[in-house]
Amino acid sequence: MAAIFQTSRFILKTALSVVLLLAGQVVQAKTLPVSPTGEIRSVKEAVRLAQSYDTILIASGIYHENDIEINKPLTIIGRQNPVIDAGFKKGIFSVMAQNVLIAGLTLQNVEESFTKNYAAVRVRGGGHITVRNNTILNCYYGVYLEQTDSCTVRHNYIRGNAKQESTSGNAIHLYRTENITVADNKVSGHRDGIYLESSSNSTITGNVSQNNLRYGLHFMFSDNNSYQRNKFIRNGSGIAVMYSRNIIMTDNLFEQNWGAAAYGILLKDIVDSRIERNIFRQNTTGIYAEGSTRLYLKNNEFRNNGWAVRLLGSSEDLTFEENNFIGNTFEISTSTNYNSNNIFRGNYWSSYTGYDLNHDGTGDVAHKPVRLFSYLLEDIPTSVVLLRSLFIDLLELIEKVAPVLTPENVLDNQPSTRLNTWKS
Amino acid sequence: MNSLTKIIKYSFYDTWRSWWALLYGLFFLVISATLLYFSGDFNKAIVSLLNIVLLLVPLISTVFGVMYAYNSREFTELLLAQPIKRNNIFLGQYLGLTLSLALSLSLGLGITFLLFAGTAEESVHLGMLTLCGTLLTAIFTGLAFLMSALFEDRVKGFGIAILIWLFAAVIYDGLLLTFLVIFNDYPLEKATIGLTLFNPIDLSRILILLRLETAALLGYTGAVFNKFLGTALGMVVSLGALLVWIFVPLLLFLKKVQNKDF
Repeated sequence: MAAIFQTSRFILKTALSVVLLLAGQVVQAKTLPVSPTGEIRSVKEAVRLAQSYDTILIASGIYHENDIEINKPLTIIGRQNPVIDAGFKKGIFSVMAQNVLIAGLTLQNVEESFTKNYAAVRVRGGGHITVRNNTILNCYYGVYLEQTDSCTVRHNYIRGNAKQESTSGNAIHLYRTENITVADNKVSGHRDGIYLESSSNSTITGNVSQNNLRYGLHFMFSDNNSYQRNKFIRNGSGIAVMYSRNIIMTDNLFEQNWGAAAYGILLKDIVDSRIERNIFRQNTTGIYAEGSTRLYLKNNEFRNNGWAVRLLGSSEDLTFEENNFIGNTFEISTSTNYNSNNIFRGNYWSSYTGYDLNHDGTGDVAHKPVRLFSYLLEDIPTSVVLLRSLFIDLLELIEKVAPVLTPENVLDNQPSTRLNTWKS
Repeated sequence: MNSLTKIIKYSFYDTWRSWWALLYGLFFLVISATLLYFSGDFNKAIVSLLNIVLLLVPLISTVFGVMYAYNSREFTELLLAQPIKRNNIFLGQYLGLTLSLALSLSLGLGITFLLFAGTAEESVHLGMLTLCGTLLTAIFTGLAFLMSALFEDRVKGFGIAILIWLFAAVIYDGLLLTFLVIFNDYPLEKATIGLTLFNPIDLSRILILLRLETAALLGYTGAVFNKFLGTALGMVVSLGALLVWIFVPLLLFLKKVQNKDF
């Protein structure tokens, strides 16, 4: 009996506190409607009138506004897709507060500048800011986060009109941030799709970054980040990641990054990181690693690339385990004969010519993924003119019988004779 | 019907009657069909086919050309006794043989194409391969005829014709590589493009590789090649170079036989 009494008291108390909480909210926060014909006709005006934690509700229409400063916690929501057009003068939102939400807007025509980083949404300082479900068109920078933390950029469509690298900005730009989530955005036509500098503990998930002038994803000095289920397609130079440690890249797709200096991923001074279950398809170079150490690459698929993997001599302690190499012109290319302690184990190589007598799925002869010609190409790039010539085929045959030039220690002792499979 | 077309017709039927041209065509039919059927990947199949075409077409044309020129010697002498222009006799024989070889090749590749009808892009690739094959046939038949005119001794003529083929197919690339190794410190992209113009086999190979997906795979140097050979101008220049390769040996051959004492 006492127990029942206690339980019902608990329920009563909880219900009461919830009601009080809701009531408090209702009393505190009011909603300011903005519409082209209403009482408040501009977002700037609404922001000026609003108290902290108010909601600004923007009705559909075109608002010609720029440089809207937000210096208090606000919720700004667009209903039926209102458009804020900066008319190529400065940026649109400039946020310097905590707890701001910007959602459901179309932001367009931000000015290009060589001295100021104008953006559709520019965040400096503050924190806990959410930018979601917006369409950002023809803006110099899309979303620019600086010196802030715990923000979310989700489900935005950002399309730029970048013509030249020097006069264009990035779609999503993170500089000196912590704990940012960038998820499910579609970005294109900017200089870099997603850019991180000195930003740590971020999660970049489910984004599609394509047709950007330079890199689909570009990060530097950004440790402890994870990149998952993103798609990077047809970017000018692919993806470049540099000077970072503890990176996790899983389940990403790197596709059709073509060109003289284009890479699926360019890894420059990346340390202690994992690259797993990614797909590299039809890139000039799948992975280009320079000065990168202690990387673990497992279950990646390299298909129809020019070079699946290019390792420069300074890349050490790399482990390639159970990856699939299918139909690449060159599988592994390296410029050095020096033993760099890279391990290849249980990978499937479509050019494997050995046999498997006991049918256990592991080839009985080691596979040497470095072709003589790829070795030659690292030294003499012009010799690419001899690709698929009879002379080179003959040389490679001789090299295979009696190896002289190609590195002895780059080999897979347990090549898989079947395609490796995994669950993503 | 003038004497030239009559002789072309005769040479053409002569080659077909001996089954060789038919076998040659059948060979390409079987090879290309097998490759396309089993590889599943059109581009991969085309690359393999390219290797075969570039190796065999010049070789077969050379061997056929030399054999035909020497074997039809008596018939040629008979024709020379008739009131027919020398140019017509020799040009007719050359064209007859080239046409029949080129036809077998085109039929072999063409029937395969009809069997595995692909996209427009794929047909362009296959068309390009057939075109290069045809041009190579014309080039190496011409070279073979020239050798047969230059050397009375058929063993010598045969040997030198084969040497020319070997030079173009293998040795030239070796020399090119040596050149690239020695002068590696210099920007060689343009020089390399120039040097490939001097070898019809290399030129054909690059022309086709640039069309295929592998074009973009070639990195920086490939981009330089593509910038020249991939454009309309580059196309015209390289096809022009292949035509020069046809006409120079042919004209030398016709000039030689004009004054030759049979």
